[in-house]
Amino acid sequence: MNFRQRMPALLQAGLLVASGFLFSMPVSAEEPYTQNALRNYNTYCVQCHGINRNGKGINSRDMSVQPRDHSDAKGMGDIPNEEIFHVIKDGGLAVNKSVLMPAWGNVMNDDEIKELVAYLRFVCKCGSGQ
Amino acid sequence: MKLSILAILLGTAFVSSPALAADNPGTGILKAQCISCHAIAKPENASLDRLWERKGPDLYYAGSKFNKPWLVKWLQEPARIRPAGELYTRHVKGSDKEDVVDESTLTAHVKLSKADAEAVADVLMALSGPADLVSKGAFKGDKVSMSMGAMFFNKLRGCAACHQAKPGTGGSSGPELYTAGERLQADYIYSYIKNPQAIDPHIWMPTLNLAEPDLQRLTGYILQLSASEGK
Repeated sequence: MNFRQRMPALLQAGLLVASGFLFSMPVSAEEPYTQNALRNYNTYCVQCHGINRNGKGINSRDMSVQPRDHSDAKGMGDIPNEEIFHVIKDGGLAVNKSVLMPAWGNVMNDDEIKELVAYLRFVCKCGSGQ
Repeated sequence: MKLSILAILLGTAFVSSPALAADNPGTGILKAQCISCHAIAKPENASLDRLWERKGPDLYYAGSKFNKPWLVKWLQEPARIRPAGELYTRHVKGSDKEDVVDESTLTAHVKLSKADAEAVADVLMALSGPADLVSKGAFKGDKVSMSMGAMFFNKLRGCAACHQAKPGTGGSSGPELYTAGERLQADYIYSYIKNPQAIDPHIWMPTLNLAEPDLQRLTGYILQLSASEGK
Protein backbone atom coordinates (compact mmCIF):
# COMPACT_ATOMS: atom_id res chain seq x y z
CA MET A 1 0.00 0.00 0.00
CA ASN A 2 1.29 3.43 -0.80
CA PHE A 3 0.57 5.60 2.24
CA ARG A 4 2.08 8.70 0.72
CA GLN A 5 -0.42 8.78 -2.11
CA ARG A 6 -3.25 8.02 0.21
CA MET A 7 -2.37 10.61 2.83
CA PRO A 8 -3.28 13.89 1.13
CA ALA A 9 -6.74 12.72 0.13
CA LEU A 10 -7.43 11.44 3.61
CA LEU A 11 -6.09 14.60 5.18
CA GLN A 12 -8.28 16.74 2.98
CA ALA A 13 -11.26 14.61 3.82
CA GLY A 14 -10.37 14.95 7.49
CA LEU A 15 -10.23 18.71 7.23
CA LEU A 16 -13.65 18.83 5.62
CA VAL A 17 -15.25 16.77 8.34
CA ALA A 18 -16.41 19.30 10.88
CA SER A 19 -18.19 17.00 13.27
CA GLY A 20 -16.27 15.30 16.06
CA PHE A 21 -18.73 12.44 15.85
CA LEU A 22 -17.97 11.80 12.21
CA PHE A 23 -14.27 12.19 12.94
CA SER A 24 -14.32 9.18 15.23
CA MET A 25 -16.05 6.93 12.71
CA PRO A 26 -13.95 4.37 10.85
CA VAL A 27 -13.32 5.27 7.22
CA SER A 28 -14.85 2.11 5.83
CA ALA A 29 -15.15 -1.58 6.53
CA GLU A 30 -11.79 -2.17 4.83
CA GLU A 31 -10.08 0.61 6.73
CA PRO A 32 -11.00 0.16 10.37
CA TYR A 33 -9.25 3.23 11.71
CA THR A 34 -10.13 6.87 12.17
CA GLN A 35 -8.98 9.89 10.22
CA ASN A 36 -7.74 11.25 13.50
CA ALA A 37 -5.52 8.21 14.10
CA LEU A 38 -4.04 8.48 10.62
CA ARG A 39 -3.31 12.15 11.09
CA ASN A 40 -1.79 11.61 14.54
CA TYR A 41 0.42 8.87 13.09
CA ASN A 42 1.53 11.20 10.31
CA THR A 43 2.27 13.95 12.82
CA TYR A 44 4.00 12.12 15.67
CA CYS A 45 5.07 8.63 14.55
CA VAL A 46 6.37 9.08 10.99
CA GLN A 47 9.46 10.98 12.17
CA CYS A 48 10.91 7.70 13.49
CA HIS A 49 8.67 4.90 12.21
CA GLY A 50 8.74 6.15 8.64
CA ILE A 51 6.53 7.36 5.85
CA ASN A 52 6.14 3.70 4.83
CA ARG A 53 5.58 2.54 8.44
CA ASN A 54 8.64 0.29 8.19
CA GLY A 55 10.73 1.69 11.06
CA LYS A 56 12.92 3.66 8.65
CA GLY A 57 11.91 7.20 9.57
CA ILE A 58 13.92 10.30 8.79
CA ASN A 59 15.35 10.17 12.33
CA SER A 60 16.26 6.48 12.31
CA ARG A 61 19.65 6.72 10.57
CA ASP A 62 21.64 7.66 13.67
CA MET A 63 19.52 5.92 16.31
CA SER A 64 21.28 3.35 18.49
CA VAL A 65 18.08 1.31 18.71
CA GLN A 66 16.03 1.09 15.54
CA PRO A 67 12.34 2.03 15.67
CA ARG A 68 9.78 -0.77 15.47
CA ASP A 69 8.74 -1.80 11.95
CA HIS A 70 4.96 -1.34 12.10
CA SER A 71 4.49 -3.25 8.87
CA ASP A 72 6.02 -6.39 10.40
CA ALA A 73 3.04 -8.70 10.97
CA LYS A 74 5.05 -11.17 13.04
CA GLY A 75 6.79 -8.66 15.31
CA MET A 76 3.68 -6.54 15.83
CA GLY A 77 1.40 -9.56 16.11
CA ASP A 78 3.28 -10.72 19.20
CA ILE A 79 2.49 -7.52 21.10
CA PRO A 80 -0.91 -7.27 22.82
CA ASN A 81 -2.99 -4.11 22.42
CA GLU A 82 -2.53 -3.18 26.09
CA GLU A 83 1.24 -3.15 25.69
CA ILE A 84 1.10 -1.04 22.52
CA PHE A 85 -1.19 1.41 24.35
CA HIS A 86 1.21 1.48 27.31
CA VAL A 87 4.28 2.10 25.14
CA ILE A 88 2.65 4.96 23.25
CA LYS A 89 1.28 6.58 26.41
CA ASP A 90 4.22 6.05 28.77
CA GLY A 91 7.19 5.53 26.47
CA GLY A 92 9.70 2.76 25.82
CA LEU A 93 11.25 2.82 29.30
CA ALA A 94 7.87 1.90 30.83
CA VAL A 95 8.11 -1.52 29.19
CA ASN A 96 11.91 -1.93 29.45
CA LYS A 97 12.45 -0.79 25.88
CA SER A 98 14.38 2.15 24.46
CA VAL A 99 14.19 5.69 25.85
CA LEU A 100 14.20 6.77 22.20
CA MET A 101 10.49 5.94 22.14
CA PRO A 102 9.10 8.87 24.14
CA ALA A 103 5.89 9.01 26.15
CA TRP A 104 3.07 10.60 24.14
CA GLY A 105 0.54 10.67 26.98
CA ASN A 106 0.85 14.45 27.32
CA VAL A 107 0.19 14.96 23.62
CA MET A 108 -2.57 12.44 22.84
CA ASN A 109 -5.40 11.47 25.19
CA ASP A 110 -6.32 7.85 25.97
CA ASP A 111 -9.04 7.71 23.30
CA GLU A 112 -6.64 8.97 20.65
CA ILE A 113 -4.03 6.42 21.69
CA LYS A 114 -6.63 3.64 21.50
CA GLU A 115 -7.49 4.78 17.97
CA LEU A 116 -3.79 4.71 17.15
CA VAL A 117 -3.54 1.12 18.41
CA ALA A 118 -6.38 0.18 16.04
CA TYR A 119 -4.59 1.93 13.21
CA LEU A 120 -1.38 0.01 13.98
CA ARG A 121 -3.34 -3.24 13.77
CA PHE A 122 -4.48 -2.17 10.33
CA VAL A 123 -0.91 -1.30 9.26
CA CYS A 124 0.61 -4.60 10.44
CA LYS A 125 -2.29 -6.69 9.16
CA CYS A 126 -1.84 -8.76 12.28
CA GLY A 127 -5.26 -9.28 13.79
CA SER A 128 -7.01 -7.53 16.62
CA GLY A 129 -4.44 -8.08 19.37
CA GLN A 130 -7.17 -9.23 21.72
CA MET B 1 -9.15 27.28 -0.89
CA LYS B 2 -7.26 26.28 2.22
CA LEU B 3 -4.57 28.80 1.42
CA SER B 4 -7.04 31.64 1.03
CA ILE B 5 -8.63 30.78 4.38
CA LEU B 6 -5.19 30.79 5.95
CA ALA B 7 -4.42 34.13 4.35
CA ILE B 8 -7.64 35.57 5.75
CA LEU B 9 -6.86 34.18 9.19
CA LEU B 10 -3.36 35.57 9.09
CA GLY B 11 -4.63 38.88 7.77
CA THR B 12 -7.10 39.10 10.64
CA ALA B 13 -4.37 38.20 13.06
CA PHE B 14 -2.19 40.94 11.66
CA VAL B 15 -4.86 43.59 11.93
CA SER B 16 -5.61 42.62 15.52
CA SER B 17 -1.97 42.54 16.59
CA PRO B 18 -1.40 45.33 19.10
CA ALA B 19 2.37 45.25 19.35
CA LEU B 20 3.35 46.26 15.83
CA ALA B 21 4.83 49.72 15.55
CA ALA B 22 3.28 51.48 12.56
CA ASP B 23 6.18 53.89 12.22
CA ASN B 24 8.83 51.16 11.97
CA PRO B 25 9.71 50.17 8.39
CA GLY B 26 10.06 46.61 9.68
CA THR B 27 6.29 46.46 10.11
CA GLY B 28 5.75 46.92 6.38
CA ILE B 29 8.37 44.30 5.52
CA LEU B 30 6.83 41.87 8.00
CA LYS B 31 3.41 42.44 6.46
CA ALA B 32 4.68 42.04 2.90
CA GLN B 33 7.11 39.16 3.28
CA CYS B 34 6.60 37.22 6.50
CA ILE B 35 2.95 36.72 7.37
CA SER B 36 2.17 34.37 4.51
CA CYS B 37 4.21 31.73 6.39
CA HIS B 38 4.43 32.96 9.98
CA ALA B 39 1.73 33.95 12.48
CA ILE B 40 2.51 37.24 14.17
CA ALA B 41 -0.56 37.17 16.41
CA LYS B 42 -1.68 34.23 18.51
CA PRO B 43 -3.94 32.03 16.37
CA GLU B 44 -7.45 31.73 17.73
CA ASN B 45 -7.65 28.10 16.70
CA ALA B 46 -4.39 26.36 17.57
CA SER B 47 -5.54 22.98 16.23
CA LEU B 48 -3.56 20.16 14.68
CA ASP B 49 -5.17 21.09 11.34
CA ARG B 50 -3.70 24.52 11.71
CA LEU B 51 -0.26 23.06 12.50
CA TRP B 52 -0.42 21.17 9.19
CA GLU B 53 -1.43 24.32 7.36
CA ARG B 54 1.31 26.58 8.64
CA LYS B 55 4.50 26.88 6.63
CA GLY B 56 6.84 28.19 9.28
CA PRO B 57 7.16 28.61 13.03
CA ASP B 58 4.92 31.12 14.80
CA LEU B 59 6.48 34.49 15.45
CA TYR B 60 3.90 36.10 17.72
CA TYR B 61 6.23 35.44 20.67
CA ALA B 62 9.47 36.09 18.79
CA GLY B 63 10.59 38.65 21.39
CA SER B 64 10.44 35.98 24.10
CA LYS B 65 12.18 33.41 21.93
CA PHE B 66 15.04 34.85 19.91
CA ASN B 67 18.23 36.73 20.60
CA LYS B 68 18.17 39.89 18.52
CA PRO B 69 21.79 39.76 17.24
CA TRP B 70 21.11 36.27 15.90
CA LEU B 71 17.89 37.45 14.19
CA VAL B 72 19.67 40.33 12.48
CA LYS B 73 22.44 38.04 11.26
CA TRP B 74 20.21 35.13 10.24
CA LEU B 75 17.72 37.26 8.30
CA GLN B 76 20.61 38.36 6.09
CA GLU B 77 22.09 34.87 5.72
CA PRO B 78 19.31 32.40 6.46
CA ALA B 79 20.54 28.83 6.96
CA ARG B 80 18.03 26.02 7.36
CA ILE B 81 17.25 25.30 11.02
CA ARG B 82 14.81 22.41 10.49
CA PRO B 83 16.58 19.86 8.26
CA ALA B 84 13.25 18.40 7.11
CA GLY B 85 11.31 21.65 7.01
CA GLU B 86 7.90 22.25 8.50
CA LEU B 87 5.85 20.12 8.77
CA TYR B 88 8.48 17.43 8.30
CA THR B 89 6.03 14.76 7.06
CA ARG B 90 5.38 16.90 3.99
CA HIS B 91 9.06 16.93 3.12
CA VAL B 92 10.24 13.34 3.57
CA LYS B 93 10.16 10.45 1.15
CA GLY B 94 11.00 6.78 1.36
CA SER B 95 14.25 5.41 -0.02
CA ASP B 96 16.07 2.08 -0.22
CA LYS B 97 17.26 2.68 3.32
CA GLU B 98 15.91 5.34 5.69
CA ASP B 99 13.47 8.06 4.71
CA VAL B 100 15.24 11.08 3.27
CA VAL B 101 14.45 14.76 2.97
CA ASP B 102 12.79 15.59 -0.35
CA GLU B 103 14.80 18.72 -1.08
CA SER B 104 12.60 19.57 -4.07
CA THR B 105 9.74 20.40 -1.70
CA LEU B 106 11.74 22.81 0.46
CA THR B 107 12.08 26.47 -0.37
CA ALA B 108 14.77 28.90 0.71
CA HIS B 109 13.89 31.47 3.34
CA VAL B 110 13.58 35.08 2.23
CA LYS B 111 16.83 37.02 2.58
CA LEU B 112 16.92 40.62 3.78
CA SER B 113 19.39 43.49 3.50
CA LYS B 114 21.16 44.59 6.67
CA ALA B 115 18.88 47.59 7.15
CA ASP B 116 15.74 45.54 6.55
CA ALA B 117 16.95 42.74 8.83
CA GLU B 118 17.53 45.25 11.62
CA ALA B 119 14.13 46.83 11.11
CA VAL B 120 12.34 43.46 11.08
CA ALA B 121 14.29 42.27 14.14
CA ASP B 122 13.18 45.41 15.98
CA VAL B 123 9.55 44.68 15.23
CA LEU B 124 9.86 40.96 16.03
CA MET B 125 11.57 41.59 19.35
CA ALA B 126 8.56 43.71 20.37
CA LEU B 127 6.28 40.68 19.93
CA SER B 128 6.58 39.16 23.38
CA GLY B 129 3.49 36.94 23.23
CA PRO B 130 1.40 35.86 26.23
CA ALA B 131 3.00 36.81 29.57
CA ASP B 132 2.97 33.24 30.91
CA LEU B 133 4.48 31.63 27.79
CA VAL B 134 8.06 31.58 29.05
CA SER B 135 9.14 31.17 32.69
CA LYS B 136 11.33 34.23 33.17
CA GLY B 137 14.44 33.50 35.22
CA ALA B 138 13.80 29.74 35.15
CA PHE B 139 17.28 28.89 33.88
CA LYS B 140 19.74 29.32 36.71
CA GLY B 141 22.77 29.75 34.49
CA ASP B 142 24.92 26.99 35.92
CA LYS B 143 27.73 25.62 33.77
CA VAL B 144 27.19 22.05 32.63
CA SER B 145 29.79 19.40 32.00
CA MET B 146 29.62 18.83 28.25
CA SER B 147 30.24 15.09 28.60
CA MET B 148 27.45 14.81 31.18
CA GLY B 149 25.17 16.98 29.04
CA ALA B 150 25.91 14.88 25.98
CA MET B 151 25.13 11.70 27.87
CA PHE B 152 21.69 13.01 28.86
CA PHE B 153 21.05 14.55 25.44
CA ASN B 154 22.05 11.47 23.47
CA LYS B 155 21.43 8.46 25.66
CA LEU B 156 19.43 9.08 28.81
CA ARG B 157 16.74 11.42 27.49
CA GLY B 158 16.94 10.64 23.78
CA CYS B 159 16.93 14.23 22.47
CA ALA B 160 19.37 13.31 19.70
CA ALA B 161 16.73 11.06 18.15
CA CYS B 162 15.15 14.16 16.62
CA HIS B 163 17.72 16.94 17.06
CA GLN B 164 21.25 17.51 15.80
CA ALA B 165 23.80 18.64 18.38
CA LYS B 166 26.47 18.58 15.66
CA PRO B 167 25.94 19.39 11.99
CA GLY B 168 24.90 16.20 10.19
CA THR B 169 24.62 13.96 13.27
CA GLY B 170 21.31 13.11 14.94
CA GLY B 171 17.69 13.40 13.93
CA SER B 172 16.14 15.67 11.32
CA SER B 173 12.51 16.18 12.34
CA GLY B 174 13.34 18.79 14.96
CA PRO B 175 15.32 22.02 14.69
CA GLU B 176 19.10 21.73 14.86
CA LEU B 177 20.43 22.72 18.26
CA TYR B 178 24.06 23.52 17.52
CA THR B 179 23.13 27.16 16.96
CA ALA B 180 20.27 27.20 19.48
CA GLY B 181 22.27 28.92 22.21
CA GLU B 182 23.05 31.78 19.88
CA ARG B 183 19.54 31.75 18.45
CA LEU B 184 17.34 31.33 21.51
CA GLN B 185 16.90 32.86 24.94
CA ALA B 186 17.84 30.53 27.80
CA ASP B 187 14.44 30.73 29.51
CA TYR B 188 12.72 29.94 26.23
CA ILE B 189 14.85 26.81 25.78
CA TYR B 190 14.03 25.78 29.36
CA SER B 191 10.30 26.45 28.95
CA TYR B 192 10.07 24.70 25.59
CA ILE B 193 11.83 21.56 26.85
CA LYS B 194 9.60 21.55 29.92
CA ASN B 195 6.37 21.75 27.95
CA PRO B 196 6.63 22.17 24.18
CA GLN B 197 2.89 21.69 23.83
CA ALA B 198 2.19 24.75 25.99
CA ILE B 199 4.19 26.97 23.64
CA ASP B 200 3.53 25.18 20.35
CA PRO B 201 0.22 23.25 20.58
CA HIS B 202 0.21 19.79 18.93
CA ILE B 203 3.89 20.05 17.96
CA TRP B 204 5.60 16.72 17.23
CA MET B 205 7.88 17.04 20.25
CA PRO B 206 6.73 15.08 23.30
CA THR B 207 6.36 16.55 26.78
CA LEU B 208 8.58 14.30 28.86
CA ASN B 209 7.80 15.42 32.45
CA LEU B 210 11.51 16.07 33.00
CA ALA B 211 12.69 16.83 36.53
CA GLU B 212 14.18 20.24 37.33
CA PRO B 213 17.83 19.08 37.27
CA ASP B 214 17.24 17.63 33.79
CA LEU B 215 15.72 20.88 32.56
CA GLN B 216 18.65 22.90 33.90
CA ARG B 217 21.22 20.44 32.55
CA LEU B 218 19.73 20.18 29.06
CA THR B 219 19.20 23.93 28.78
CA GLY B 220 22.79 24.57 29.86
CA TYR B 221 24.11 21.92 27.49
CA ILE B 222 22.21 23.38 24.51
CA LEU B 223 23.42 26.90 25.34
CA GLN B 224 27.04 25.71 25.55
CA LEU B 225 26.72 23.67 22.33
CA SER B 226 26.32 26.88 20.41
CA ALA B 227 29.72 28.03 21.56
CA SER B 228 31.47 24.74 20.81
CA GLU B 229 29.69 23.40 17.72
CA GLY B 230 27.92 26.29 16.08
CA LYS B 231 30.93 28.31 15.07
